[in-house]
Amino acid sequence: MSEKHERGTLRVGLFVTCLVDLFRPSVGFAAAKLLEGAGCIVEAPRAQTCCGQPAHNSGDSRNSRAIARQVIETFAKFDAVVVPSGSCAGMIKQHYPSLFTDDPAWGPRAEALATKTFELLSFLTDELGVEAVAAEFDGSVTYHDSCAGLRELGVQAQPRRLLASIPGLELKELPGANICCGFGGTFCIKYPEISTRMVSDKVADIADTGATTLLAGDLGCLLNIAGRLTREGRGIETRHVAEVLAGMADGPAIGETTGPARRAR
Amino acid sequence: MSGNTTENEANGSGNGRERVLGALRSSLGREELPAAVRAELTARLSSPKSNLIPARGDGSPADQVALFTEMAEAVQASVVRVPDDADVPNAVTLYLAQNNLPSDMVMAPDAELNRYPWATRPMLNMRRGHAVDTDQVSVTGADMAFAETGTLMLTSDATRPSTLNFLPENHIVVLRAEQITGAYEEGWRRLRANGEDGAFMPRTVNLITGPSRTGDIEQRLQLGAHGPRRLHIIIVEQ
Amino acid sequence: MQSTSHDFIARAQKGLVDEDLQDALGRFRTGFSVKRSEAVARLPEFEALRDKAVEIKNHTLEHLDFYLERFASKVEESGGVVHWCVTPEDARQTVLDICRAHDAKTVTKSKSMIGEEIALNPFLESNDIEPIETDLGEYIVQLAGEYPSHIIAPAVHKTKDQVADLFYERHKDQGGGKRLEEVDELVDQARAMLRHRFIDADVGITGANFLVAETGTTAIVTNEGNGDLTQILPRVHIVLATLEKAVPTLDDMSTILRVLARSATGQEFSTYTTLSTGPKRPGDLDGPEAFHVILLDNGRSRMLGSEFREVLRCIKCGACMNHCPVYGSIGGHAYGWVYPGPVGAVLTPNLVGLEEAHHLPNASTFCGRCEDVCPMRIPLPGLMRRWREQEFDAGLQAPRYRLGLALWAWLVRHPTSYRLSSAVLIRALRLLGARRGRIARLPFARGWTMGRDMPAPEGGSFHAKWRRRSRA
Repeated sequence: MSEKHERGTLRVGLFVTCLVDLFRPSVGFAAAKLLEGAGCIVEAPRAQTCCGQPAHNSGDSRNSRAIARQVIETFAKFDAVVVPSGSCAGMIKQHYPSLFTDDPAWGPRAEALATKTFELLSFLTDELGVEAVAAEFDGSVTYHDSCAGLRELGVQAQPRRLLASIPGLELKELPGANICCGFGGTFCIKYPEISTRMVSDKVADIADTGATTLLAGDLGCLLNIAGRLTREGRGIETRHVAEVLAGMADGPAIGETTGPARRAR
Repeated sequence: MSGNTTENEANGSGNGRERVLGALRSSLGREELPAAVRAELTARLSSPKSNLIPARGDGSPADQVALFTEMAEAVQASVVRVPDDADVPNAVTLYLAQNNLPSDMVMAPDAELNRYPWATRPMLNMRRGHAVDTDQVSVTGADMAFAETGTLMLTSDATRPSTLNFLPENHIVVLRAEQITGAYEEGWRRLRANGEDGAFMPRTVNLITGPSRTGDIEQRLQLGAHGPRRLHIIIVEQ
Repeated sequence: MQSTSHDFIARAQKGLVDEDLQDALGRFRTGFSVKRSEAVARLPEFEALRDKAVEIKNHTLEHLDFYLERFASKVEESGGVVHWCVTPEDARQTVLDICRAHDAKTVTKSKSMIGEEIALNPFLESNDIEPIETDLGEYIVQLAGEYPSHIIAPAVHKTKDQVADLFYERHKDQGGGKRLEEVDELVDQARAMLRHRFIDADVGITGANFLVAETGTTAIVTNEGNGDLTQILPRVHIVLATLEKAVPTLDDMSTILRVLARSATGQEFSTYTTLSTGPKRPGDLDGPEAFHVILLDNGRSRMLGSEFREVLRCIKCGACMNHCPVYGSIGGHAYGWVYPGPVGAVLTPNLVGLEEAHHLPNASTFCGRCEDVCPMRIPLPGLMRRWREQEFDAGLQAPRYRLGLALWAWLVRHPTSYRLSSAVLIRALRLLGARRGRIARLPFARGWTMGRDMPAPEGGSFHAKWRRRSRA
């Protein structure tokens, strides 16, 4: 893909995700900034709402397909579709085609969209060849690997490579980074005690690293973990990794009202 | 509930069998396989091919002996190498002394074990036969051994009773270096080659990798759960 | 075994606050997974072997009738007897008939999940035959009056102290002596207690990891040696196996064996892999006089023709539950039946019904760790999702949930209305959370806020802001 498009001509459709739209638009703007900085023309079509995962994971195939068709139509015209979320990108890339396996009309269209849909960080590194970002960050961070991004899309090394290019940023590896945080969409509502246990375990691991900021690539995980971090009064900030990479990490962290705390190493 | 042989027969030869096979075929969306397919599958069963074999067990015979030793020791078997047949009775005596064991043992009637000069160690008191509850030490040979995982292959027959491999707390195996090969598949090849009329399996084939163990209490490894607590392998290089 | 899976939520809650269980699970969570990844790292061909294992099982399932017929005729050629049983009742009755035919009073058993499936032990006991579990973990749970909480480590939910208390209580009248403290003492005591039971047993029952069609051989994989003492000491050896355990050849079995122990415990190979073909041969000095194989269907043939066929590739290694964060939080008993963890979530509704077991495929975040480590590449989360689809189509979910989902889906499919509603929602949450940036209590999302804060939205939707940016 990267050899087919000169810088400045790649037309990217930003699939911003419902959680970013509702809770933290700055993540969408950070994604756009990173993509534009890498030479893409970014559009965020207004007709998008959600990838349909809640319906899919609840067994509602009719609505999953209807929502998928809507997304396919909205994003068909772009050269690439980029998503600041492993789970939403995974939904489009891995699950949309399986929704239409026996459908001669929509099957190929789903495949076509799947082929050109990417999670944000892997798009930057694997497709556009971005190796470094022009951001600064002074402090220690730890990184949680969101399950879908990791297992459906193989996103693991890419965010770490980009973070490593930021002077002043110290990355402390999170033991059990690849263990689920307990969000799981409807799971955290249907089985709240189990979910709370899983996120508490995650928070204990995060606190043990000594990092002052927690980063991840999926807002669902981040809202979940941030909510537990503040409930436990841990004093650790939570941000989407795109905010740090885009140099937009000066505003309030997730679940906070004020700007960044003093950064201790 | 009718609990008699009629029910058994029904399950064995008639009712149960037909019902199960019928249900399977119905799920597979077909009748019994056509004769040509059955013939092809049967032919494959008559000349089985091995699948991918890890490279680990490849190497010279000396490599294989070394690897076997390393893998067996890694699972808490003890291994000694002796240069020739004459050293075997002494190796057994030494092992018993080191572990404060009496000199009574039960040994397989296996003719392969007769080549060792047991008479040179007359204090060794061996009974040839199968094991009983009170036996503390058994001595057997082995059919083959596989370097890949430090595994012994022992088969049962009139001179190789399987109880020797499990009842006593201490199991001593006398293994010849040339019996050590790379992978389990060589064992199946050997069995097939030595069999008659396609009936080549002994009653029992034991693949043994180290002494008995359990981790069932707090995942703490403990040897000697029900089988032997110690497995001692004497490799004869002659 | 009677299912209590419908009670999942209460049992899970109980497990979460059970201190002994949590202590045990803490050890369990890192133990097996670390060992597995180390074993995999030591074998460069692991992934290729996994692929081959999948191919072998798929081929076998596609021709399962042929391979079982061939297996059965080979068993009979070697002097064994095969019983084809459709239901658990058939299987239990067959075991009883065999025991009665041999005047059996005591039966030793090595671990068999099928034994649990058909509730064999209570049935034998009610017919005055004493079943004795010999696998140490099974022995522990039998003494405790419980059932296994893990398919290869049955007593993984118990701490050493709990086992020590149990042995002290239950061994008292067999000369057990004082309460023991150390693991080695406890294992030695179990060994001593069970020794004469092995020797005196009339019948030995094992499961089977493999049914080899080429030779009519059943294979078991153990570490303790109890499976061997169970089958070679008594007069009769009975093998309990379900249909999908078949493999074509000894070589095919070897391929799958290479991924089995590594996936289960991280061992290179289990201590004892034992192949049994028929009863003792003329001249043999030991071994059983009679050899019976019970081939049990119990829903397997139905699953073969269903969308759940792939779970029949399962080789019962336990890797999925070893890596499952849900299992690791609540333990195996919460699942309420024979098979816990991810494979249990797929199998249990198949065997006890969806209404009874519907929580199991729902109590998953679809993190995918199970599918990652399954040596047979069973798409466990995808199969759990199929159960959710069946639930949805059958209208089994709570009405409030369905309504919420329907309303949400309608909004998602009508972007203009969605934009309007989300603006309202954002404004409301922002107000509630303005002071601290987060909300501690949300009445309509109590499940969330009972355990964590709800971060407040930044304010304004992305699309509203983007539109303003585009116009600027």
